[in-house]
Amino acid sequence: MSGPSDYQPSHPALKWIERRLPIMGFIHSSFVAYPTPRNLNYWWTFGAILSFMLAAQIVTGVILAMHYTPEATMAFRSVELIVRDVNYGWLLRNMHAAGASMFFFAVYVHMFRGLYYGSYKEPREVLWILGVIIYLLMMATGFMGYVLPWGQMSFWGATVITNLFSAIPYVGDSIVTLLWGGYSVGNPTLNRFFSLHYLLPFLIAGVVVLHVWALHVAGQGNPAGVEPKTEKDTVPFTPYATIKDLFGVSVFLLLFSWFIFYMPNYLGDADNYIPANPGVTPAHIVPEWYYLPFYAILRSIPNKLAGVIAMFSAILVLVFLPWLDTAKTRSCKYRPLAKQFFWIFVIVCILLGYLGSQPPEGIYVIAGRVLTVCYFAYFLILMPLLSRIEKPRPLPNSIADDVLAKTGSKVTPMVSTVIALMVAGGLFAGSVQSARAEDETPPSQKWSFAGPFGKYDRAALQRGLKVYKEVCSNCHALSYIAFRNLGDPGGPGYSEAQVKAFAAEYKIKDGPNDQGDMFERPGRPADYFPSPFPNEQAARAANGGAAPPDLSLIAKARSYERGFPWFIFDFFTQFQEQGPNYIVGILTGFEDTPPAGVTIPEGSYYNKYFPGHAIKMPKPLSDGQVTFDDGSPATVQQYAHDVATFLMWAAEPHMEERKQLGMQVFVFLVIFCGLMYFTKKKVWADAH
Amino acid sequence: MTTASSADQPTRRDFLFVATGAAAAVGTVATLWPFIDQMNPDASTIAAGAPIEVDLTPIAEGQDIKVFWRGKPIYIMNRTKKQIEEARSVPVASLKDPATDESRIKSGHDQWLVVIGICTHLGCIPIAHEGNYDGFFCPCHGSQYDSSGRIRQGPAPANLAVPPYQFVSDTKIQIG
Repeated sequence: MSGPSDYQPSHPALKWIERRLPIMGFIHSSFVAYPTPRNLNYWWTFGAILSFMLAAQIVTGVILAMHYTPEATMAFRSVELIVRDVNYGWLLRNMHAAGASMFFFAVYVHMFRGLYYGSYKEPREVLWILGVIIYLLMMATGFMGYVLPWGQMSFWGATVITNLFSAIPYVGDSIVTLLWGGYSVGNPTLNRFFSLHYLLPFLIAGVVVLHVWALHVAGQGNPAGVEPKTEKDTVPFTPYATIKDLFGVSVFLLLFSWFIFYMPNYLGDADNYIPANPGVTPAHIVPEWYYLPFYAILRSIPNKLAGVIAMFSAILVLVFLPWLDTAKTRSCKYRPLAKQFFWIFVIVCILLGYLGSQPPEGIYVIAGRVLTVCYFAYFLILMPLLSRIEKPRPLPNSIADDVLAKTGSKVTPMVSTVIALMVAGGLFAGSVQSARAEDETPPSQKWSFAGPFGKYDRAALQRGLKVYKEVCSNCHALSYIAFRNLGDPGGPGYSEAQVKAFAAEYKIKDGPNDQGDMFERPGRPADYFPSPFPNEQAARAANGGAAPPDLSLIAKARSYERGFPWFIFDFFTQFQEQGPNYIVGILTGFEDTPPAGVTIPEGSYYNKYFPGHAIKMPKPLSDGQVTFDDGSPATVQQYAHDVATFLMWAAEPHMEERKQLGMQVFVFLVIFCGLMYFTKKKVWADAH
Repeated sequence: MTTASSADQPTRRDFLFVATGAAAAVGTVATLWPFIDQMNPDASTIAAGAPIEVDLTPIAEGQDIKVFWRGKPIYIMNRTKKQIEEARSVPVASLKDPATDESRIKSGHDQWLVVIGICTHLGCIPIAHEGNYDGFFCPCHGSQYDSSGRIRQGPAPANLAVPPYQFVSDTKIQIG
């Protein structure tokens, strides 16, 4: 990629190969001897981080495909079985799900870096456009991957996004039917999305090769924005860039691991733990965070076709960036005005993302429109204008000069910090206002399983199981839990014999036998908890029209908004106990007489914490209903706490393993990052 | 990487590089394990492979049944007096995979032969009561097993395997 290599293998066998396929010379010239500007900062390591993430996503994805079933009636369950039964399945799934977010996070940093340092300018236009193509492919891949678990958000995300194409005049509906392979989103849609989700990453990898090729032809940009002139301006790729990139990757792994091991559901949506239901749309439907700014733009336009065009234009405008910004100076470091507007643009994007996650009403709509105008104005008005009127600061003569001069750019972080604080304050004020209107959220309980060292309370799990068995199981299934799970490490801790005895109390339908008849037999550890109703219709009919949900995943499928700024603190405190809090809230939130002005329809009951307050389930627990052997108080509060603990375990049986492994990984990574830091310093000591 | 600045203290520098490299190697190997172990049978497959009980009462003398345990066909054969005699009259030393008939059954239940019905050649399923030895004949490559499930003729290298099992009562066995 950078001219003939001077690589000369010494071993005769290598010489033999090299004469016929000069692959070692190619690698040597591209990734060893390749001259890289010596002034690159850590924003430049995100290229390597992205390569790493692409590889990680492909490897974990290929593995998940070994266990996943792309079929509408089995997809949701197969994902749950991956998490529950496959060896390290929970880890691989968390890696892939969090990996998607990390991939997008890294690509946004990479893109903003390109924007700030003018990486799209001559002679790197094609390099930049290839990047935009990769980004589009990533969006398509991420979207289709999110559909595969076939939860509520998967299903309705698929419906909403494919319906975007129905805005196309005349042929829209035909295109949508073509995408679906049916008259609605269904099994054919899932099948083709699986196929394409497997295909597209390899297309991305192909375009990445072109992207790197173009990069090695034009040469890397750099913070100074002046091209390398002499040998003093560059260092060889290996070891200098290699070690720096690897250090960047290892630090990035810390963030990645935080999500994998401690916050696996932080970026997901609780609704996606509810199996897809074509009859009910989730009350508050939002895409994954990485699409939110574009979603906000879509929603700000009150016309269907115009909204879709605006959304796609918001991405396509990036293609034209090299011709919109004609300033000769590349780096914003030397463009005082462009620099300020760049940071404002970053904030506009973040705010658009925030608005995309909020309901489209009131002030949010107006703010969305203003910011959409700002977004496009940045590219279409500001950039051409600045190119003409701005007077850039003098550039350094060479990269070597830039490194030696260490130009003081202390102002930038200060300005951006001030702006960030103002934005944070604004968001805080906004959320306080919106919080007032919102319903009361369930109070936070003390949970033994919270935090990085959290463990389930065995006694509580056993009591919770008793409450489930004696009360909840009359109406609610627990179909993802097998009796054997009660003896698994990190669970209620029953012995093998106890599990067998527990299972034998149940009658399990089996068959057909040699005569072709179904029969009942005592349960075995491998059997799953039997459901109280034979099918959903029966469950609905017996419960006044509302089917009692399966409780296996309820602790992860129910949540409530934490609001700004709490959701930011939650990331650091590892708060993720909304589910169990909500369960306790529901079980203790019944009130015989609704507050004045609230009418509850016939056959429903008032519950303080149920969305809409009218719940079809009558108050299930009362004091003294279940007797505990260990002398714990027979109160509703105790029952609720214990059954919520049990249901949290049912929803995530490997939580203890996850947190324990996480601690080991963090100890290792912190030590490794330290070693990498000093190694990098030693290596670079020669260059400075 | 050999430059002037490292000449004064090469050992410290080398130690750092070796330590970093070793940590990277350890981390990579540890990370690889979950990616490999995921291919092993998952918990539900292992649970489904639990022991099974089989009632022997419906199997008359000279008949056999095929049951499945861990996805493998298990032949349970109620042998005739003639079959038992044949199996015991062969000189053990002349066999390809020498084993006495007694070592392949449970004593006191001499008529019951329980073997995994998978040819030890390449995994096909031999047909019971066929071949020259009153036992099993594999249609794939012509291996023949006798009434004790021992290899007598053909390319298979070993006798039909005996699964782990025990008699729960005189008419019931537990396989696994």
